[in-house]
Formats: sequence, structure tokens, C-alpha cells
Amino acid sequence: MRIESRADFAAAQTAARERNAARRQQVLVCCGTGCLASGSKKVAEAFSAEIAARGLDAEVGTFVKTTGCHGFCERGPLVVLQPLGILYTRVKPGQVPRIVEETLIGGEVVPHMLYKNPVNGERVEQYGDVPFYAHQVRVAMRNIGRIDPTDISDALAEGAYEGLARALFDLTPEQVLEEVAVSGQRGRGGAGFNTARKWRSCRDAEGERRFVLCNGDEGDPGAFKDRSIMEGDPHSVLEGMVIGAYAVGAHEGTIYVRDEYPLAVVNLSIAIDQARQHGLLGVNIMGTGFDFDVSISRGGGAFVCGESSALMRSLEGKTGEPRAKYVHSTAKGLFDAPTVLNNVETWAGIGAILAHGGAWFAAMGTDRSKGTKAFSLVGKVKNTGLVELPMGTTLRHIIYDIGGGVAGDRPFKAVQTGGPSGGCIPEQLLDLPVDFEKLTEAGSMMGSGGMIVMDDRTCMVDVARYFLAFLTEESCGKCVPCREGLTQMLQIFDDLCQGRGRPGDLERIERLARAMQLGSLCELGKSAPNPVLSTLRYFRSEYEAHINDRACPAGICRELTAYEISPDVCDGCHVCFTSCPVDAITGTVKELHTIHHDACISCGACFDVCPTGAIRTFPKVELEKEAV
Amino acid sequence: MAQPCVDLALTDEILERYPRAEPSLIQVLQDVQRAYNYLPCDALVKVAETLEVPLAKVFSVSTFYKAFALDPQGETIVKVCTGTACHIRGADMLVEELERQLGVGPDQTTEDFKFTVKTVNCVGACAMAPVVIVGEKYWGSAKPSRVEKYLAEGGRDEN
Repeated sequence: MRIESRADFAAAQTAARERNAARRQQVLVCCGTGCLASGSKKVAEAFSAEIAARGLDAEVGTFVKTTGCHGFCERGPLVVLQPLGILYTRVKPGQVPRIVEETLIGGEVVPHMLYKNPVNGERVEQYGDVPFYAHQVRVAMRNIGRIDPTDISDALAEGAYEGLARALFDLTPEQVLEEVAVSGQRGRGGAGFNTARKWRSCRDAEGERRFVLCNGDEGDPGAFKDRSIMEGDPHSVLEGMVIGAYAVGAHEGTIYVRDEYPLAVVNLSIAIDQARQHGLLGVNIMGTGFDFDVSISRGGGAFVCGESSALMRSLEGKTGEPRAKYVHSTAKGLFDAPTVLNNVETWAGIGAILAHGGAWFAAMGTDRSKGTKAFSLVGKVKNTGLVELPMGTTLRHIIYDIGGGVAGDRPFKAVQTGGPSGGCIPEQLLDLPVDFEKLTEAGSMMGSGGMIVMDDRTCMVDVARYFLAFLTEESCGKCVPCREGLTQMLQIFDDLCQGRGRPGDLERIERLARAMQLGSLCELGKSAPNPVLSTLRYFRSEYEAHINDRACPAGICRELTAYEISPDVCDGCHVCFTSCPVDAITGTVKELHTIHHDACISCGACFDVCPTGAIRTFPKVELEKEAV
Repeated sequence: MAQPCVDLALTDEILERYPRAEPSLIQVLQDVQRAYNYLPCDALVKVAETLEVPLAKVFSVSTFYKAFALDPQGETIVKVCTGTACHIRGADMLVEELERQLGVGPDQTTEDFKFTVKTVNCVGACAMAPVVIVGEKYWGSAKPSRVEKYLAEGGRDEN
């Protein structure tokens, strides 16, 4: 049905809600990229088959719904049963008949399939009580996991396009801008530029054509909240873009999606088609006479294309090389026309801001960073996944209360935020309230919300080297400070990690970093030294150990590390023997095992599998000393 | 490497679907890559002529973006995610194990053209790190000891 008026919209919403109300029982199966990989499609099929076989669909109104990513991918496949609110984790197709029999029909919980809190070992019955979810406040991710992203009625029932209806029917473009200004929302892609200010400068710029773009080129390794939003609630992105287009007077838009996100492209395409059929996108939106349409552009796989001017060059069919920023893209962007480019999460928040009012959004967060922010909490943490919280939440709360603490209860060492443009934050700053300013002060960055927890088995020099290697490969090569600075710095880091560090290296690194910050053309180069400088700031002694002692204190850098088995701890379980890729371990079951240093490649495979913690690392130089 | 002869009719079909102008270039190349599994030289010439973009520019775009390959690729692409979360959970060891199993490193193809190994920066499945993708199939919490199994099951995504 095409929505031609406000009454039509209300009717469509009511119809969608009535349809959902008739579904007295719902089985929500997460079908995001993570859960699909763990086999959730088969789980959903098993539920449909079992429910049909028992006639529950007709008799009780039981309905199986595949949803977007719940963010708790590590525990997938996830199944939520409504209205009971029960969450089952790591569900296998073979367990489905039992769930149908005992929970759907019998109303009883199957205890061993419930989530087990790793902190206290207790089983948690209710979805909302799982600590990972209980602390969250979801705005951009409000509907993810609740709706079937390929069914627009489901989105409408949950309030999608309400913000758009208010904007188009009740507000002028200027009033929309004011509402967004009141919210104080800042861009969620990294730089944190004020959304309303960006829109206003585009609106005030001269030009016949205007463009509204969505940056879905989520390139920061370790971040996947944009993927999850595009896959799980594509309508929130479209709604935001139509509102933005109305505010700035644009009629054409494009969503630039990373090549590595095939499911996002599929779900966005379906959403665009359905929105067009419903008159929520395209010509004469909701009968108001406003036209705006959206196309999808698949990225070519280049990190630098997340940078605004590079992204626009890429959309023009060119190589993604940034340009200098003395001309803003709001004045001359795509095809030199005034352009608004916002991140996926930014767009997803706009509909909610218009529906609930800017003041509602501004009531959350800190003084200068309003609202909520989505993070991907990953790395060496017990509960990994996506979380959305008010700005100003402390790192400790995120990592310990929501994340459940460090995996394996190992000591916490650092948390990396902001991807390759960010930095590593040490333990003494765990009580830092997370917002744009505080992270920058700590030498890191908000970036796109990646939060990678690191334990004592993480070498900070290796982490900095990792980001340098990443950026060296991804630098577009247009400007010298970035291209050459990164290459030279990476060479120094290769030397450090391989035991060839020299006195004066740290000073050389700092000089190079300064030159790159000052001289690079775009933010990729300007921020590239951040991982290096932040690790130098908080973990300088670790660098010094690499240079002065030829030692890697974390036991990660292979050329500096040797492994041995403690005779008094080894119980001869033989697991290390099987895990060794180069047959450097000898020993028979129930006997002491031995690592042969001449064959060992220091890969650490045995360390990771040893159940008794019998394997320890020591600096390789000690072997050389012994030989002398 | 000498390139095999290719059927340019596929390229013509792809070019029919897009406006004949530079902004179509990347989308066209993506479809060409999908059709042939790489960008054949003859196809690039055809694309340049049709879109009226200098061949040098087409080549520049083809080499700039990671999604494009100028050499024929293996039947199955094996990708090891080397994003930060995968890196600190041991992605390197997976790359090494693949090299032991297949005898080729990143961006190389086995002699029988069965597999091409690639490393990718982040596939956004960080919660399941480290991740290996064989064809369309994602393997989360991947372990070097299971690499042989991942390869044996091929790229069919039966999930």
C-alpha cells in the first residue's frame, strides 16, 4: 500500500501493529553475520518446521522471525522467545524440538540453554536481565534484534518513519534543523562534527543539485556497529537520510557500503524497494510533494574511502584520494555540489530525535557529547559484542559490568579505541568517562566505536606495529608525509620487534610522528601516529625493553621470545604436542614434555592450548647467553 | 603471466546496464570482477573505450581498490581476517597454517587454481575472532588445528 497522507501513515502503522499482536508467540532468531556463521539459518528453519508440524502457527499464532544482529555474536545463534522474554544462546537445530515442546508448549524454561553469567556462573532467564543488555540504552540500535529487517511492516509497528512523518507534516526544513541542533548530536563516524551545523552549511551553500550521503565504509578494524545497523534496521538509516534531505533540500542520495558487507547490501536493497512501494522514498513522499531517492554504491575495498573527500571521489568512479579541506564538502562535495555526508549511526539516530524531540536526546550524555554511542566491545573480554550506552559511561563500567571483565581472568592491560586513528588507554585511566573530548585528551579517539580489550599477553609495540602496517598498506600515497612517514616508521618498528632496535629510535619515531601530524593532507595521515604516540606515552618501558634488553615483556614478538615447559607444572596431557605446527615438542602421555629451541618458531600455539599453564616465555637472548 | 582468452560478451552485457560515463567505472569493474573472477586485460580495454575513460585511469582504479585482481583467482577465495580483534587473537597463526597446507601465502593462488589466499582488514565479525572465510562460509573462533577441515569443507555455505 502506498502512503499518500498522514492518515494513510497512521493506518499503515495500526495495521502493522494489529498483525504483530495476532502473533501471540514469537520466536526471534538472530540472523546477523555472526549468528549466520554459527548456523542460525538452520535453527530458524528447524523452528518453522517443528512449529508447522505441531500446528502451533495456526492454533496458537506462533511465528518465527529472523532478525538482525543482537550484538552478542559470540554466544550465537541467539534465540529469544516472546512474550516470555527468554533468551537461549548457542542454540543448535537438534535442540529445537525440545524448546518447542518444553518452552513454547509447556511454558517451562530449559535451564542449561540459558545464558550463563561468566562473572558468577548464574543462569539468566530473561533477555533484559543479561548484564550485557541490562545496562544498555539503545537509540541508533533501537529496533535491531526486534524486527525482521526485510519486512517494512515490522519496522512500522516499532515506530519507524514516525520521525519522518513529524518532519514532513509538522515542521519546515528550518524547524527540522533546529530540532537536530537542540539534540546536540555529533557525527558518529569519528571526527564528531556537529550534525546540525554540517546540514546548515550545506543548506546555505549555493548550488542547483545537492546530495545526501551515508558513509557505510566502516573500515576501522575492530568496529562493526554500522554493519549491524545496516543489516538489522536498514529503515532507520533510510528514514534519517530522507529527513536530512528534507532539511537541506536534496533529492538524491547514496549509501556507500563496504565491499566486505554483502548482507548489508542485500538488506538495504530490500528496504529501499519496500520504502519506495510504501511511498516513503522516491517521488512525492507520503503525498507531501517532497522527492528523494537513494541508491547503493558498493565500495572497492580501500580504508581511505571512509574519509569524506576520498569517498566522494570513489562515488565519481575515481581512485579514492582525499583532497585538501580548505573547501568543505558541504559547499563542494560530490560532483562539486553541496553535500552532506553522515555516518550510518548518525543517520540511524535522526529518526528517533525527530520522533522524541531534540531535548530527549540531549538529556542523555555529557556536557559536550550528547546522546548515546554504539561500541563494538571485542578482543580479550568475556562478553564480546555490540553495546550502546549514554556518552560519559566509564570504560570500567563497559569492560567489567557489561563485558564481564577480561577473558580467562587475565590481568587487564589496555583498551584500544578509535581504530588506526586512535590509541591505547591503560589501566590507570579505566574510570575515564567516554566521550569525544575525554578520549582525545587521553591521546586516543572516539573513531567509529571500536573498543578492543587487551590483556597482559598483548605487546604494545606489536600493536603499534600492527596499526602502522595496516596504514602503510592503506595510505593512498598522494601526500609524502603520510606515504613516506608510515613506511619509515614501520621499518623502525620492524627493527624493534625483531631485536634490531637502536638507541635513539624512540626519538626518531617522535620526530616522524610530529612531521606526519603537521604535514599530512587528510586525517588518515594526521592521526596515523596516534597508536604509536599513545603506546609510547603509557607503555614507554615496554619499548625500552625491546631496545635495551632485546626482550618483549609480553612474550609476543617472536624473534625476542622463547618458550619452555615448567617441569613441576606439566602433567603430560600431550595437548601441546598435538598443537605444535613444527614438531618442536617431544614427550609421551603422562610424561614431562620438552620444547626444542632449535626447531621452535615461537608461535605460541602451545601456550594458548596448555590447560595447566605450564608453558612460560622468556627472552630469547638468555638462550644466546647460555650458549656462550 | 599470459592471460587466457576471455569471452568479451559478458563485458558487453555488463556495460549495457550502466550509463556510459566515468561514475559507472567502479560498479562496472566490480561486475566484471564477479563475472570473470578477475579483471582480464581485454575487458579493461573494452571498459575504457565504452565509458570513454583513459585506459591508464581504468588501470589506476583497478590497482587502487582491493576488491580487484588483475590475475586469475582460484576457484575458492580463502580470506583470513586480520582486523585488530583477530590480530590479538592469533590471525597470524592462521595465515601460517594456510601457507603450510596450501603452499601459498597471502595474495597467491595455488598451482591448480583451487584456492587463492587473502588477508582482509576486518570483516566486522570481531566478536567471533579470529575469523577465516572459505568462499562464502565464515568460520569463527578459528583454530590453526582446524584449518585443514575448513579447506576440506570447501566454500559451500550450508548454514
